Amino acid sequence: MTTFNINGETHTVDAPPDMPLLWVLRDLVGLTGTKFGCGIAQCGACTVHLDGVAVRSCVLPAAAVGDKKITTIEAVGNTPAGQKVQQAWRQLDVVQCGYCQSGQVMSAASLIASNPNPTDADIDAAMAGNICRCGTYNRIRVAIKHAAKGV
Amino acid sequence: MSQGLLDAQNGATSSPEANGKRGVSRRTFLKLSVTVGAAAGGGLLLGFSMPAVSQDQKAGKSVIGGDANEAAQNGVFAPNAFIQIDTAGKVTLVIPKVEMGQGVYTSIPMLIAEELEVPLDTVTLDHAPPDEKLFTDPLLGGQLTGGSTSIRYAWEPMRKAGATARMLLIGAAAQQWQVDAASCHAKSGQVIHAASNRSIGYGQLVDAAAKLPVPQNVPLKDPKDFKIIGTAVKRLDSPEKVDGTATFGLDVRLPDMVYAAIANCPVFGGKLASVDDTNAKKIPGVRQVVKIDNAVAVIGDHTWAAKRGLQALDIKWNEGADAKLSMKQIVDDLANASQRNGAVARKDGDVVHAFSNAKTRVDAVYQQPFLAHATMEPINCTVHVRPDGCEIWLGSQVPTRVRDAAMAVTGLPADKIVVHNHLIGGGFGRRLEFDMVTQAVKIGKQVSTPVKVLWTREEDIQHDMYRPYYYDKISAGLDANGKPLAWQHRIVGSSIMARFAPPAFKDGLDPDAVEVASDLPYDLPNQLVDYVRQEPHAIPTAFWRGVGPTRGTFVVESFIDELAAEAKVDPVKYRRDLLGKTPRALNVLNTAAQAANWGSAVPKGQGRGVSVMHAFGSYFAIVVDVAVDQGEVAVKRVVCAVDCGMVVNPNTVEAQVQGGIIFGITAALYSEITIKDGRVEQNNFTDYRMLRIDETPPIDVHIVKSSEAPGGIGEPGTAALAPALTNAIFAATGKRLRQLPVGSQLKTA
Repeated sequence: MTTFNINGETHTVDAPPDMPLLWVLRDLVGLTGTKFGCGIAQCGACTVHLDGVAVRSCVLPAAAVGDKKITTIEAVGNTPAGQKVQQAWRQLDVVQCGYCQSGQVMSAASLIASNPNPTDADIDAAMAGNICRCGTYNRIRVAIKHAAKGV
Repeated sequence: MSQGLLDAQNGATSSPEANGKRGVSRRTFLKLSVTVGAAAGGGLLLGFSMPAVSQDQKAGKSVIGGDANEAAQNGVFAPNAFIQIDTAGKVTLVIPKVEMGQGVYTSIPMLIAEELEVPLDTVTLDHAPPDEKLFTDPLLGGQLTGGSTSIRYAWEPMRKAGATARMLLIGAAAQQWQVDAASCHAKSGQVIHAASNRSIGYGQLVDAAAKLPVPQNVPLKDPKDFKIIGTAVKRLDSPEKVDGTATFGLDVRLPDMVYAAIANCPVFGGKLASVDDTNAKKIPGVRQVVKIDNAVAVIGDHTWAAKRGLQALDIKWNEGADAKLSMKQIVDDLANASQRNGAVARKDGDVVHAFSNAKTRVDAVYQQPFLAHATMEPINCTVHVRPDGCEIWLGSQVPTRVRDAAMAVTGLPADKIVVHNHLIGGGFGRRLEFDMVTQAVKIGKQVSTPVKVLWTREEDIQHDMYRPYYYDKISAGLDANGKPLAWQHRIVGSSIMARFAPPAFKDGLDPDAVEVASDLPYDLPNQLVDYVRQEPHAIPTAFWRGVGPTRGTFVVESFIDELAAEAKVDPVKYRRDLLGKTPRALNVLNTAAQAANWGSAVPKGQGRGVSVMHAFGSYFAIVVDVAVDQGEVAVKRVVCAVDCGMVVNPNTVEAQVQGGIIFGITAALYSEITIKDGRVEQNNFTDYRMLRIDETPPIDVHIVKSSEAPGGIGEPGTAALAPALTNAIFAATGKRLRQLPVGSQLKTA
């Protein structure tokens, strides 16, 4: 059995050491907000925070998490950056199908937590790992700037 | 899909009386048909309900509600299939179209609420269950979501549904107060009698309203009185999509549910020969190995165990007749087929005579690749198959076909199949298919508990049903002024309609494949457009965002550009001169050209291209600026103008147009599925590349004011994009690309 600190709570589950964190969250813990998209860290749908830093949970083995604090989309709204990002996303109606948006929000929250005034180049660098097939990129860019300003 | 294409098929693939006699208070449905023109039929209100929470509600509050089956109890007033009001005044809207990003879970509620007079932030939304009697879209001839028809379909019946309910509620109040109904009005979920300063909530009126005769010919608001329609209402599904609480098919969790990983036969048309599962069964968490005709599934306690188990299998396939199929063979077949005369889609004037009178002649061949849908939510389907029934959980554009697929595999009657539809994590035509349902039910028959079948991204890309490879031969004869005197266009490729809606494939003509090409906005006095069907062996083909217009517009708008170049006329001017009979098309072209400052200088290494389109009941023009550097193309700016008739929600129109354009840029620049040894060569987003935020240009959307009936908006951006992009490449480099994607063509040139 392995113990994880997820969204401020302790979860002890029977996870094989090579099992990616994504499946720990979705199948064992039941937090389905984090999405499966590609399985090879190419699309960002599975993005979560590990001690506040955005990581791709689909390639992160359970054994590598250790005692680091995991934050998922279900709880990122409790952080100042996450709350601002979610609010901006709602105000600007970013989402379409919404499937990739958990990952987009997590990447954006990580960005503005570490960089309160991101430039377009900063946004490109932080968000280029997150694919949106519906094509919400134009609104994502605007929403990140809104969130950063706390508008 | 064009209007009415599937009409002939209405009912052909669906069982009659499906879901006919279950559970719900019957009075509710007897009234419905007056409103929507369908026959009175049973209605089963099931599926999970999705409370739409108000926009200022804090994140984390939005959750999937209960099953509407339980919600629809006695005492619920349901004057038609789309509206239920309970005695507490709670309003539930059953949405006949499924939400896959296009915004129908906002725009359809807007249409109903406009006439029902209820605040949008208090309504709850339910997915519609499979029921073709209640939810058939006459534009598509079935309960389908696709072809950019949702608002075109919903525009009148949804407003009428709301108005009918409102009039019944007003009638009930007037009866109670013993006043003339005409002296009452409705507002914010209440009926008001201003003269006596009385008001009463809808919930208190539902019992009386349900007993009143349904009014005929309900009057609808004059558009000038709209309070909701035409405003930028925020998406009702937004809060739960930003906090992780939205439930897609993939997110379903059930008691005792197990997880299946799947290996489909890598060669299309091949079958499973044998499996050695000795090593797989040693992996902790692996429960079972299930064989079906063309695939193997490993069942595990979780996805990871199932996946590891799958990797440990030793599988032997009978690869079948197409084990050596290659792109060369597929394209050679198409080229050979293009020598045959096709089924005529359009014939005006005398093309042969016109060619003989032409001063110059231009000939071209255009080719477009197989495309995968690559929805962000990979293909999945959860089933629970029991001897006495079958339940299915997934997001589908075709709930009735899902039900029918499960009936076919299980032999169970329609009323033993329950389909729980969900929010769709990207459709684009992929979820107009039900192959994943047939497969999951076959697997589920061998599993004693609920089982979630999930495809990896690799399986999703390698076992899609693909946008066909098309081969087009096109020619024009120009007069002395460079105007097209003769126009001849032959389209060669797979017929999706012949499989998807057989009655719509008549006399060898696929109406989808020739769409746009057979109905151009241009004044062409002599034209001949025909179609030759050529199937790519066992490669399955299907609709893809923009359907016929995506393939057609690339060819005709590229070719018009070629003619403008031949005539040495500016591409916008050349089009303008041919659009005299299509003022709405001319108007969007002029609007886009002006907004893009067409004719102004373009930096060195850059080029500007244009395209015009009339499809989905909308008119569209796009101007694209590209920069080409050592064969690499960057899209610098997109400016477009759209006339989609009356706009229900400008916020949605902008989002759909921008998203559609980005979808189109991805396809034009990168997308190509290729076949080698009967297998798809691409695997994942590494080799089936998607446009990313750092490659995305600014996209300016100009909505032209119009009082025409609404047109479709989900697909035009995608359909019109590619030729504007390749025309811009021509402007920048002088190189005409007659094949998609752009890929590395400019590097090897």
